[in-house]
Amino acid sequence: MLRLQNIHTGYGDIAVLKNVSLHVSRGEIVTLIGANGAGKTTLLNTICGLVRARSGTVVYNDREVTACSADEIVRLGISQVPEGRQIFAPLSVVDNLRLGAYVRYRAWGKKKVQARIEQMYALFPRLHERAQQYAGTLSGGEQQMLAIARALMADPDLLVLDEPSMGLAPLVVAEIFKTVSRLRDERTTTIFLVEQNARTALKYADRGYVIETGKIMLEGRSEDLLNNREVQRAYLGRQKQPIWE
Amino acid sequence: MAILDTRMECCPRGELEQLQLERLQPVLNRMYKNVAFYRSLFDERSIVPEDVCSMQDFRKLPFTTRSDLTANYPYGMFAVPLREVVRIHTATDTTDTPTVVGYSAHDLQTWAALVARFLSAGGVTRDDVIQVSFRYGLFSGAFGLHHGAEQIGASVIPASSEHTDRQIRIMQDYRTSVLVATPSFALLLADRMEALGIDPKLLMLKRGLFGGEIWSEDTRRQIEQRLFIQAFDNYGVSELMGPGIAGECSERSGMHICEDHILPEIIDPATGRTLAPGETGELVLTTLTREAFPLLRYRTGDLTSLNYAPCACGRTLVRMSRIERRTDDIVIVKGINIVPQQIEKILTDIEGIEPLYRVIVGRENNRDSVTLHVAVSEHVFFDEVKHHAAFVERLRSELSRRLGLRIEVKLMEKRTLDRELETGPRVLDTRNL
Repeated sequence: MLRLQNIHTGYGDIAVLKNVSLHVSRGEIVTLIGANGAGKTTLLNTICGLVRARSGTVVYNDREVTACSADEIVRLGISQVPEGRQIFAPLSVVDNLRLGAYVRYRAWGKKKVQARIEQMYALFPRLHERAQQYAGTLSGGEQQMLAIARALMADPDLLVLDEPSMGLAPLVVAEIFKTVSRLRDERTTTIFLVEQNARTALKYADRGYVIETGKIMLEGRSEDLLNNREVQRAYLGRQKQPIWE
Repeated sequence: MAILDTRMECCPRGELEQLQLERLQPVLNRMYKNVAFYRSLFDERSIVPEDVCSMQDFRKLPFTTRSDLTANYPYGMFAVPLREVVRIHTATDTTDTPTVVGYSAHDLQTWAALVARFLSAGGVTRDDVIQVSFRYGLFSGAFGLHHGAEQIGASVIPASSEHTDRQIRIMQDYRTSVLVATPSFALLLADRMEALGIDPKLLMLKRGLFGGEIWSEDTRRQIEQRLFIQAFDNYGVSELMGPGIAGECSERSGMHICEDHILPEIIDPATGRTLAPGETGELVLTTLTREAFPLLRYRTGDLTSLNYAPCACGRTLVRMSRIERRTDDIVIVKGINIVPQQIEKILTDIEGIEPLYRVIVGRENNRDSVTLHVAVSEHVFFDEVKHHAAFVERLRSELSRRLGLRIEVKLMEKRTLDRELETGPRVLDTRNL
């Protein structure tokens, strides 16, 4: 469904992504794990058209989208849930959702947008309860739910999430990931998510890629990555050797 | 016959190529990061792994050869700390050009899965009783087949290098249905059964999966007619992992290479230039998923050609033709590689011998034999038979010890051997392979 080949991206003189190739097949949950500054967000932004790749190609549903603008990509069916939620705090929950359907509004009309909002309420009952509340007054977990719901308003086939676990309590993280799994299982939405929380991400994903300073170092099924000693050492905090002086 | 991993073995070519690309980049990154040999190989040419953006770029990368492996003996080529290596095998079992191959836990899993693929393609199921008549030891062959067969759920008999009569007895009593061996051993079994008056038709044997040496369609026919089985070819390279690189399907028109784990190329052995599909040249392999022992463009020395046409069995994986020749003088006897240079080195260590020799490989009663013709200095050409015999014996034991194989020695006068070498090759393989 989504195919990246030999992507190089950078800002100014600094190369961030170095020859990244990966793919996401329909119905999969794929994760990209890596440390701070490894290039995870840059990769998502390259997919979503927010940053231009210097070379390489992004192909979505057999169509090259490397040079498409961000709004075109949303129209084609890729929605991003940005890092740190980025909800519109001074607006109400329902207005946030309406804005999520911005690119569809003209085609759908008011009724269909409203129907879509109802679907989101069914998916996230908490948002229904707080529909008229300012988004900024929601808890962190609720804000993340709202960010996901807002992305889903555009009816994407592929949902990309940037660190959905950021700044959330472990229980809330588990809830978010369960919701993401449900999206795939019930609505057949394909998921691509980048995470620093490698353990949780690999627990819910089918496959994963490990990125290190802009380079993909490993690719594999989630259970294989979880069992990989290198991954365990670097991202799961296992096998720590005592330091001898 | 079942396709074990339909998703991979029948993967559309476009998706497969994407997967190869995705796996190649990380393996290059890991080589560069973890293996000093590869890092210097890249640094000398001022390239970094991320420069490799296409197959054209990839083909500019240097080859890895057997001597690189020897130069980095024992652990220099390992890409993970030894603590993470769970198995160590050797590829050439000699004292002079030793090589070591390491496997991580995940490497072993992959290995078993790939062997299971070709076993399955050859019709092996969980209902089979499979007799593995490869020697269990430092070589990886027996273990690969063993793990693969266990993964399928077949009942595995590690018959190893038991005596022929014992093997036949096991075959009768345990009701072996699949034989795994070298083709020459299969013929040896047939000979022995004939001598013992055992009718192979009364055995439960249905199929045989053969490898470990070069063999021909003619040998296949002989095996099939004499043992009343179906014979399948498979291909392994001990430096890569052993068996599991490629194997025949029911069509038996070439061996499917596990391209999701191994990237094959065919090159002109003289120039190193990449050849087009269908052309015969040296097989060069790159591992795509090996953790402990990644190899970049490893020159196997085996001559073959690649056929990308879809196979009637439904697999999309490329097929390689039967190996008929090698690029070098290496002869493979009983699964052991004999490199002429090794013999040369041994000879120079022994006093009274001219470094002039000829290797003759023959086959008598389906038993391979190696005879070494050696020239001796004139002053040591013995008058007394006793001394002569003692010298030959010393030479024979030294060669056998260091090559891991029984070798017959024939002393010759320098003139006679000179004449022989003028008219014939240094290594003469008279086996009709």
